[in-house]
Amino acid sequence: MRKCSLNAVNEVFAEIAKAAKLYLPVDQADGSAAFKEWENGVTWSSALNTVKSPKDLFFPQTEDLMAFKTEGKSIEVIDTRREVEDFVVFGVRACDVKSFEILDRVFIKEPVDSYYASKREKGVIVALACTKPSETCFCTAFGICAEEPCGDVSAWKTEDALYFRANTEKGEALMKRLEALTEECGEDAVNAQKEKTAQIMKKLPLAKLDTGAFGGGKTEQLFNAPEWDELSSACLGCGTCTFVCPTCQCYDIKDFNTGNGVIRYRCWDSCMYSEFTKMAHGNNRLTQKERFRQRFMHKLVYYPENNDGLFSCVGCGRCLAKCPISMNIVKVMKKLGGKDSE
Amino acid sequence: MQKIMREQLIEKAASLLNNGTVTAVLGWGKGEFDYDVTPAVFKTEEELKAGFVWNDFCGANFSKYLVKKTDRLEGKLLVFLKPCDTYSFNQLLTEHRFDREKVYAIGVPCNGMADIAKIKAVSGEGISAVDTNGEKIAVTTIYDDAPVMIDPADVLAERCINCKSKKHVAYDELLGEEGDVIDSARFDEVARLEAMSADERFAFWQNELSRCIRCNACRDACPACTCEKCVFDNPASGVENKSPANSFEEQLFHVIRAYHVAGRCTDCGECSRVCPQNIPLHLLNRKFIKDINEFYGEYQAGETVGSRAPLVNYTTEDIEPGEVFDRRDK
Repeated sequence: MRKCSLNAVNEVFAEIAKAAKLYLPVDQADGSAAFKEWENGVTWSSALNTVKSPKDLFFPQTEDLMAFKTEGKSIEVIDTRREVEDFVVFGVRACDVKSFEILDRVFIKEPVDSYYASKREKGVIVALACTKPSETCFCTAFGICAEEPCGDVSAWKTEDALYFRANTEKGEALMKRLEALTEECGEDAVNAQKEKTAQIMKKLPLAKLDTGAFGGGKTEQLFNAPEWDELSSACLGCGTCTFVCPTCQCYDIKDFNTGNGVIRYRCWDSCMYSEFTKMAHGNNRLTQKERFRQRFMHKLVYYPENNDGLFSCVGCGRCLAKCPISMNIVKVMKKLGGKDSE
Repeated sequence: MQKIMREQLIEKAASLLNNGTVTAVLGWGKGEFDYDVTPAVFKTEEELKAGFVWNDFCGANFSKYLVKKTDRLEGKLLVFLKPCDTYSFNQLLTEHRFDREKVYAIGVPCNGMADIAKIKAVSGEGISAVDTNGEKIAVTTIYDDAPVMIDPADVLAERCINCKSKKHVAYDELLGEEGDVIDSARFDEVARLEAMSADERFAFWQNELSRCIRCNACRDACPACTCEKCVFDNPASGVENKSPANSFEEQLFHVIRAYHVAGRCTDCGECSRVCPQNIPLHLLNRKFIKDINEFYGEYQAGETVGSRAPLVNYTTEDIEPGEVFDRRDK
């Protein structure tokens, strides 16, 4: 384990930024935080979480796939992909780190999504342990350890210092570059913090949320549950939950007409939208209840069924904080899971 | 702290359910925490007692819900309306969006709603309880045994700081005392934007709208947006879009929406309340309201049912379009 003084954190950022683009949470004028590129003068936010997750840096909300240029009767196909350069994402919370495992299982599986895979290959994730979780946090329900995040490098921030531990080859390479700015140290301070955070996690209001009623093989029990009517009754059908979610992975592919050609791009889609997965025959989910059910069944049943029981939720709490009508996965789990999930 | 207590509303709703005046109640349902209330339909007294909430977090405007919730309803739906909600209620009636006969509306006085983000800025994260029943809001967190006491005035939602009316303009029955229309400062921020140079103003909006994630929550919560099929949801329209394809297009979405609701927007503020990125969308609508007031005389959408809004009512006194154009340089 290595550490540096918190006073030297900007020197660490500068050193990282010499060789790679560095993204980290930055406070915005409206009071929220967002992942932004670091440059001299940019201050690292102390916010617990960003509104949008760092998923955006690997699977951007909008991304050009290819382009076509027409001239007379000929069409030229243009590869718009650029070589992805090394980049570092600093300050990723344990929940968001876990989201990449969930996304990897979708995108880095045959056929591999080269747009996503190339960014995963070049991106280095420096995870940051939580010390002051919110009431909306429930990562423990999904077996995530907020006090000990994974990532290429794990980091802990104390009152006066920043501690690092490399977990992967990429992480070790990054720490090697920071050798002159950090020093070898013991683990006592980090262990004390971990213990303290673990105690706090137990006190969170959602600490006992139980996933027992969900998982692969539960489709028949849950699909026609009468509770879906009431749960979805107030849903506005907006895409807020989907777009702030670190694990939502659905996208649409669209053509943008440039006048003399087409830019084919993909953009995040939302199962809450009425045109989601519209096909030639029309739409397969005609009511908001069906769309609402799809979102939660996917996260709690379908995804785990296809991925060795892994749930597609990391308990980051963004949807709890942002849904305009305060309906969310926790309320769904408690309602459908019965008393066991309280 | 609200003037009317939760128990009074439950008692009233239960009596109307029990005597058959209404068959269901649209109210605010209890959440996981004290502040995350969800619009809910209650059908029995027991359901009301178990889950009905009335506190400083009941911001959701129920008027728009009436379009869908009364659609296939047998009997009448009881709805509780805060003063600002009643303007949307009237506007939707003007647009024939729901059947007035299917609704029993109860006006509830409102002391303003709290903004949980402002509360968290004071108390920090980890809220385990928020009590808004006292003179001060008591916020307890898992990090401290003693609650943080907050003056409600310090954490009021923006739209409540600039409340335009404590008067209900529609109801079948009013609980408590009627309030007055307020001479609010709601156009001050618009005037500040008007005073900017065009470049400054463009930069302001570019910066604000750059955060847009195109979740459409503003549109979906807006009581003036009740089209059965929004043009932006129609792939055949050529303008359907699910994401910020580029920033220019994104800004057009919000500008077009503001135009579409101009003259119909009652300034209820739902757009800004629901925006996950805190974009002050209400300022676009307020600009239109301010202009309409200045060009055509004071007009408040939803003040009465059936009023002809200036933008859809030609008179020979109407301002010449050229005057609007000339104003651009002033």
